[in-house]
Amino acid sequence: MTASSPGTAETVDQPVQPPPANVPKVRGFRPDLRLSILFGVLVVLCVIGYVTGPDTFLSESNISTMLRLAAAIGVVSVGMTFVIISGGIDLSVGSMVALASVWMTTLATQSYGPFVMVVCALAVGLGAGLINGLLIAYGKLVPFIATLAMYASARGLAERLSGRRTQVVNQQGYLDFFRGAFLGIPVLIWMLAVVYVVGWVVLNRTTFGRRTFAVGGNAEAARLAGINVKRHTAMVYAVAGLCCGIAALMVVARTTSGASTNGLYYELDAIAAVVIGGTLLTGGRGTLIGTLIGVLIFTVVNSIFTQNNLETDVQNIAKGVIIVAAVLLQYGTNRTRKT
Amino acid sequence: MSESPNPESLLTMTGIVKAFPGVRALDGVDLDVLPGEVHCLLGQNGAGKSTLIKVLSGAHQPDDGVITWRGEPATLGSPVAALRLGIATMYQELDLVPGLSVAENIFLGNEPASFGFTKRLAMRGAARDLLRRLGHPEIPPGREVGLLSSAGQQLVSMARALAHDARLIVMDEPTAALAADEVDNLFRIVAELTAEGVAVVYISHRLDEIRRIGHRVTVLKDGRTVAAGLPANTPTSELVNLMSGRMVETVFPRRDVSTVDESREVLRVEGLTREGEFADIGFTLHAGEIVGIAGLVGAGRSELLETVFGARKADAGTVMVNGKPLRPGSVPAAVAAGIGLAPEERKSQGLLLDQSVADNVTLASLPAFSRAGFTERGKELRTARATLERLDLRPADPRRIARTLSGGNQQKAVVARWLVRDCSVLLLDEPTRGVDVGARAELYRLIHQLAAAGVAVLLVSSEVPEVLGLADRVLVMREGRLLTEAPAAELTEAAVLDLVMEGSEVMT
Repeated sequence: MTASSPGTAETVDQPVQPPPANVPKVRGFRPDLRLSILFGVLVVLCVIGYVTGPDTFLSESNISTMLRLAAAIGVVSVGMTFVIISGGIDLSVGSMVALASVWMTTLATQSYGPFVMVVCALAVGLGAGLINGLLIAYGKLVPFIATLAMYASARGLAERLSGRRTQVVNQQGYLDFFRGAFLGIPVLIWMLAVVYVVGWVVLNRTTFGRRTFAVGGNAEAARLAGINVKRHTAMVYAVAGLCCGIAALMVVARTTSGASTNGLYYELDAIAAVVIGGTLLTGGRGTLIGTLIGVLIFTVVNSIFTQNNLETDVQNIAKGVIIVAAVLLQYGTNRTRKT
Repeated sequence: MSESPNPESLLTMTGIVKAFPGVRALDGVDLDVLPGEVHCLLGQNGAGKSTLIKVLSGAHQPDDGVITWRGEPATLGSPVAALRLGIATMYQELDLVPGLSVAENIFLGNEPASFGFTKRLAMRGAARDLLRRLGHPEIPPGREVGLLSSAGQQLVSMARALAHDARLIVMDEPTAALAADEVDNLFRIVAELTAEGVAVVYISHRLDEIRRIGHRVTVLKDGRTVAAGLPANTPTSELVNLMSGRMVETVFPRRDVSTVDESREVLRVEGLTREGEFADIGFTLHAGEIVGIAGLVGAGRSELLETVFGARKADAGTVMVNGKPLRPGSVPAAVAAGIGLAPEERKSQGLLLDQSVADNVTLASLPAFSRAGFTERGKELRTARATLERLDLRPADPRRIARTLSGGNQQKAVVARWLVRDCSVLLLDEPTRGVDVGARAELYRLIHQLAAAGVAVLLVSSEVPEVLGLADRVLVMREGRLLTEAPAAELTEAAVLDLVMEGSEVMT
């Protein structure tokens, strides 16, 4: 960088312009208008929850329940955030959760003990995600199609492995650990937190994360900068699969069983959370903090509806309204920023 | 030049001016087209031909000037308005919908319909009539356009013009995608149309074509008409002279001493071939040398650059960097060997527009700015800032979003990406496209600085004066082949233009 540095900065006779004000800045720690709005929405929902159920909503047990329910979908959404930032989509996350949860709870797998069950779930998720990635990166399939195929076949395989029966966990050690608590906080919540922290660091502080943004922002520019776009794309889908494996551990712990019906509609919830969180569906821009808030918003809405004994149909309508409202709100802030 | 309009003229344009931010693309163009003639437009890249076509087709509104159509003053307020008057344009990239049928394309936006229902049978019949008139009754009106050859698609495009009852058809390089016998057929059709009184404004870089079918020629230079209505048999030397000697607003900083280090051959390309793009290209590049590639768009220049860089895989031939052969078809290998490319399309190929300048600058050297996979933001920002200052990119704020930079500064940011890598070969594809005059001068100075620091620069530009002004040595390409290699000092603009344009007599 020093010895052969070209052009020892020429003195220029033009005056140096001061940098213009209001230059848009990049992602980072700075308070972000969009995230603030999202956070505001979350707070308002919590207030509504408190008002409609002052005794229950903010109780320790309800918060704990909400977070444990949010854990699996939250972890899946981390993988989904990576995929969407890289410019792709993964429709198969729910099916991958189902497959991993079934595979780790077959009698054969369980006979090897809790440790092998964990490894099995992670390997199944990673493997299925890697197949997605290889098909997309090297098989040149459109992400929508490749993961749609995995969506169908992974759940099909899960049904075949389990014979559509619910496979109860007989390894008490597994249940003791994952249903337990550490420092008074349930293990599932710890896991959720760890996945988000690790995900945030990987996305924002590593070359892997930087390349993910680059590939999603402009794949051709990334390729012409010497980045191996194909390999990176494959790895991003593998990460998403791994997250599904972790989510399977959580679902199995919570329901004490593995079943091919696990993870139903996770892909829709995860995509919704990511989009609400402000990640562009076209790739290149997004935050994990936004995704987390997106997941929490859904969790709180669910909790409010449940505690007020409202039907799930109303709940789904509300979800749809929230998705549209959140995206429109961000669209608004986007526009005002550009002008 | 601007006489009173000829009363017999179909179209008269006088003093047409069109300015874009930073450029006066048209600065007083006169054009006079008679019914039933083939009127050719000649001029170098950037002379204003494309802008003039867009004014004619109603896509751009002129800032000044008078347009007379069949003796009446006319405004071409929109493409629809131009079509209503009878001016149809066949663009270089055909504007057809590949998934629709031939008939549907011919009547696109103009469908015969009653109560909102298209009359499919009437449409097909009319399409068949038009194709018969063009001498191609064998094209089925129901066939999907995407399945036709490019010659067939062109016929559809022409049929569309006729469907609008066009009195004037603008053809922008219609032979660019055609084989020799298809060209003959096109010329036959043009002759028949003109016999019926339809006028054609014909744009081509091939002088022999102009001789074959043209009646008169208008020459543009720097957005002005320099010669109007010349006979088509005007000698080549005269036409080339009219086109060249462009007023170049930018003074090229002349280098007193050459910085070429003949003893250090940095890049050697031998027999490089890509089927259908270019064949058997060989040249060398020394440290500190600037080599320019002149040629028309489509001569295979950008493809050559991308192949050297590994972004396209060569069918044959080798690329050697500092004496070592490069693995073909691998950008990471080329980057590791010290090659950098500033691609032709800055925005779609070069930049992460929504990310910061620092992210863009370090993109090709992330491992150098990370430890164990963790990025070192501080080091990135410091290096980016230092590089921006060295390139005189103002403001030198590495946190700025790339999209908000001007064209010239975006180009600098792309170059900065390779500077932080210390690359030894820099490939620049049209580095000054879309860059305003002031920033151009800075880029020229920058290119000289790079050469002075020992970087070997390979530069592609459609602007002949730019190639001659910057380069030590010039390679001239035409139709995928390397025609000449000569020191820039021994070439004149007219000589290069003559070489790049005269090519197609080889084919006929």
